[in-house]
Amino acid sequence: MLHPDDVGPTPWAPLRPLPGHVSRGRLERVLRRGEFAVTAEINPPDSADPDEIEQRVKPFEGWVDAINATDGSGAHCHMSSVAVSALLIRLGYSPVTQISCRDHNRIAIQGNVLGAAALGVANILCLTGDGVQAGDHPEAKPVFDLDSIALLETIRVMRDERRFLSGRKITAPPQVFVGAAENPFAPPYAFRPIRLGKKIAAGAQFIQTQYCYDLPMMARFMARVCDLGLHERCFILAGCGPLASAKAAKWIRANVPGVHIPDTVITRLEGAKDQRAEGKRICVEIIQQLRQMPGIAGVHLMAYKQEESIAEIVHQSGVLAGRTPWRRDLVATTHTVETQGAA
Amino acid sequence: MRAEDAFPVRGVARPALPRRSLRLWSVRHARGLAAFYRGFERGLRAAAPLLRRIGYARLERPVAGVERVVKQALFDCRMCGQCVLSATGLSCPMNCPKGLRNGPCGGVRDNGTCEVHPQMPCVWVKAFEGAERMGAVARLGEAQAPIDHRKTGRSSWLQAAQADAAP
Ligand code: SF4
Repeated sequence: MLHPDDVGPTPWAPLRPLPGHVSRGRLERVLRRGEFAVTAEINPPDSADPDEIEQRVKPFEGWVDAINATDGSGAHCHMSSVAVSALLIRLGYSPVTQISCRDHNRIAIQGNVLGAAALGVANILCLTGDGVQAGDHPEAKPVFDLDSIALLETIRVMRDERRFLSGRKITAPPQVFVGAAENPFAPPYAFRPIRLGKKIAAGAQFIQTQYCYDLPMMARFMARVCDLGLHERCFILAGCGPLASAKAAKWIRANVPGVHIPDTVITRLEGAKDQRAEGKRICVEIIQQLRQMPGIAGVHLMAYKQEESIAEIVHQSGVLAGRTPWRRDLVATTHTVETQGAA
Repeated sequence: MRAEDAFPVRGVARPALPRRSLRLWSVRHARGLAAFYRGFERGLRAAAPLLRRIGYARLERPVAGVERVVKQALFDCRMCGQCVLSATGLSCPMNCPKGLRNGPCGGVRDNGTCEVHPQMPCVWVKAFEGAERMGAVARLGEAQAPIDHRKTGRSSWLQAAQADAAP
């Protein structure tokens, strides 16, 4: 059964405004109620066919509170994040629209924020973005007009002060829950908590971290974060994902910017008979330990090309504790809630 | 699944950058250099009335010219026209291929080199070292506003003198 606060007149309509909430989406409500949140990422298709979105997102239904629509991840060209988000909303899902600073200047970005909010987007994740060298168009012009911190500040100003960076007025501000990414596993390590503090000061209300495969390192980072009281000023969702094999893990470690995988994980995968199953087991164990870690408000799953395993991983980790995130067949409108309540 | 399919293959490798040893030297000597630089800026501010008499517009070209030569040598300065070196451990953030002025991206490699140019130390790893030497780590927490591209190529020195002299 859905929480009554998470139910609107239709699955795609903005929810009733709540005091102390900036958005009218489900993710903010789940987090503010203190529930352990689960989000996941889909990779947008290389296609103009909207049905592909529906197919890709199916394995997540009923298992995640929000779905990140990536914005040209890895500097590769895909369907735009705002469009994917709008298609997800049409189906009833809650998207997190990712905005990267690599491809747009401040004029385009602010226009996109207004457009996304108008289409019903309630959550935006602000990213710097991978360099163009990582993608399929290394010859492209990297824009980086804003950085992620300036982007957070820009959206906060648009929402709370109802104006563009230029000062020009916005008549209806974007009601969005704003997030940022952080990578506790990349040097300079002592800088990372400072940077997190900067992001929160600039407006970040939730954080999704890079893949966590190194729990002791995460624990050290979180201890510092808790010392600084940052976990009380934002919701931190730790990034997780299953590794398909030891070979894949080594390849990712060498080729994907910012992913840190300790040798112990690789050795464990190498020693397993079924490496794919072992990868999922490791992921479940990491999620369960993160659940216990002070300051962690949820997990963010990135299971690239293993989307079908999301349900199994979330189920086995037990972090939803019997709760079911939005699903098409669950009561999904105020109308049904009222009639059921009356019955 | 083939390992190569798990994530997109990275683009072509870039040619190696020339070694910019003086920039790294400057960060290593951030403490002394910062003290010297502060003194220099004090001098500039003291000279503000004189500069105003000569006229900032007339000074712009020659001063920017000198500034470019000096700061390029010491910091690989890119003349962004809104210098933040004192808040970044004397490591010029415009050398970051993403132009980040608020701290490191998430792609810094385990050995502290840059995501984009694997041969180059990440400017923010250097910034942290420089700031530690200067005792100015707290300044790394200051938020830097997005860059004003109209100021590119203009003298930060004159702007510092001017801003201070303004009533
Ligand atoms: S690794 Fe450092 S220098 Fe390279 S793009 Fe990221 S922040 Fe900039």
